[in-house]
Amino acid sequence: MLKVEGLKKYYPVQKSSIEVLLTKRRDFVRAVDGVTFDVQKGEVLSLVGESGCGKTTTGRILVGLETPTDGKIYFKDKEVTSMEKDELRRLRKYIQMVFQDPYASLNPRMKIGEHLEDSLAVHGIAEGEEAKEMAMAMLDRVGLPGEQFYNRMPYQLSGGQRQRVAIARAMILKPEFVVADEPVSMIDVSLRAAILDLLMSFREEYDLSMIFITHDLSVARLVGDRIAVMYLGKIVEIGETRKVIHSPRHPYTAALLSSVPSFMRRKKRVEIIGDIANPIDIPSGCRYHPRCPFARDVCRKDEPELEGDRHLFACHFPLELTF
Amino acid sequence: MLLEVENLTTLFRTKRGIIKAVDNVSLSLEKGDFISVVGESGCGKSTLAYSIIRLIDSPGEIAGGKIYFDGKELTSLSEEKMRKVRGKEIGMVFQDPMTSLDPLEKIGDQITETLMEHIDVTKKEAWGIAREMLEKVGLPPDRVDSYPHQLSGGQRQRVVIAMAVSLNPKLLIADEPTTALDVIVQEKIMDLLNEMRKEGRAIMLITHDFALAAESSDRIAVMYAGWIVEMGDADRLTKEPMHPYTRGLIESVPDVWVDREIKPLPGFPPDLAKPPEGCRFRPRCPLATEKCTKEPPGVEVDGRYVKCWLFEVE
Repeated sequence: MLKVEGLKKYYPVQKSSIEVLLTKRRDFVRAVDGVTFDVQKGEVLSLVGESGCGKTTTGRILVGLETPTDGKIYFKDKEVTSMEKDELRRLRKYIQMVFQDPYASLNPRMKIGEHLEDSLAVHGIAEGEEAKEMAMAMLDRVGLPGEQFYNRMPYQLSGGQRQRVAIARAMILKPEFVVADEPVSMIDVSLRAAILDLLMSFREEYDLSMIFITHDLSVARLVGDRIAVMYLGKIVEIGETRKVIHSPRHPYTAALLSSVPSFMRRKKRVEIIGDIANPIDIPSGCRYHPRCPFARDVCRKDEPELEGDRHLFACHFPLELTF
Repeated sequence: MLLEVENLTTLFRTKRGIIKAVDNVSLSLEKGDFISVVGESGCGKSTLAYSIIRLIDSPGEIAGGKIYFDGKELTSLSEEKMRKVRGKEIGMVFQDPMTSLDPLEKIGDQITETLMEHIDVTKKEAWGIAREMLEKVGLPPDRVDSYPHQLSGGQRQRVVIAMAVSLNPKLLIADEPTTALDVIVQEKIMDLLNEMRKEGRAIMLITHDFALAAESSDRIAVMYAGWIVEMGDADRLTKEPMHPYTRGLIESVPDVWVDREIKPLPGFPPDLAKPPEGCRFRPRCPLATEKCTKEPPGVEVDGRYVKCWLFEVE
């Protein structure tokens, strides 16, 4: 369904004119620094990592909100990055995004129903009465009865209800691929499960492929068939959810997992040193080495490749442990 | 008992009516105790914390109840005396560390000033303590010369904890101290809070994260719509929740180590300007009966407090 190869996104660092005169060097924030993965039809891939690891930027590139600095994206075997505008616009209908902040993603001056109709009109699917009918049906489907909600304004809705609108707006286009960027992290705890349930019900109904971006590994475990762990712009481990959660091979994955709060209380603890590095000045060799308690000389020099069969990891000395 | 909150009611007079954000709440805390107050946004958990340190501004007010802390009754204390309790005896850590930090001042100056305001030390001694405190929270002592913007969010929060602890408070209240931080940084902050507790300080953690509360505290108080609906030993409460809300909340959150489906809680929290009659959880409760149209009594069952008709003793 989707294939990403060597995806990169560098942002130039803003400097004052004096700095520019003094240093010839141009600095870049390497937000996404060579990411390769694929997503099968009907599969959910969770993209996890700390803030600043590049997971959101990756998602935004996939839906066309950012242009990559380098790399290729294939959607159903068609190369997306070299597509003409028209072709690209047609494609957008099939690739939708659900954003983290339901307060920023809706137009405050537009009725709830109009958000959905607008979406249909932009992509030339339906207009007028037909669009209204479809919008009403979709509102019912996401648990906001059309009769009551069609004419309401966003400010009259709670965060959870707004996120339902955002989901409805994406799903009314019957997309084949959805990028969900932290869709529940700003929602009240008791309402999160219902939103996750709703998203997953669409996944089944449409046989959706999905990238689910989250910093919360317990959510990743719940929704993802596979998990990809990102660190400083790169995927350091990717594999089947159970494998990655119960026998992580990369020390970063293990450290991340061991710090997730759990009702099971304390389990094994895997150490991590210091704070996340600066993405302008990425460490040599393995980019995780300054924080890795297991790092040896080779880790400071050679960057490990993401290798393996189905369960891939980028580490010179992968762990053997079970959680 | 270090802290005893008795029948505390804090309300806000708004245009839409009176909102009882904290409604007749009682809890107590001993030295070295770690209690978590868990609930969703708007349940009153932060208002409870702010009431204890008397930082409730108009249109809010403490309308009833008593707060006994270390031999003093706080609700009737003069503002002047209260200022001495705040910081010195009850430390506070907020979700956004910049609430407590001045962006224009060096970290060291800020800790020093706080110290000199509350205890009798010279500037030189205070700088020494500041360096010591930074080291204690895992930051290089030369960070005294840094400005807040030169630190990461996690480091700033550690500075705030260092500042709070430098005054040696008996109770530390932390209001969602790690909500804006990543899990790895969160773990380090929680370690720090635990160390504070080991030194004999009482900790009150305000959080929406049930798993975090379960993992870190001795006791948990679950709040819903201004009430404490259940309170007891953290381990037992999470393993065998009694109140239908606690049960529903636990079943609705995924756990990284547990293989189970999550069950969404139906409905949403009530509007506190017009709370439902009787039990406030009634509209969302799968076990609600006719009885629940009357306010449930708070009862003690097996060392646990539950506010639910299901556990009424005949």
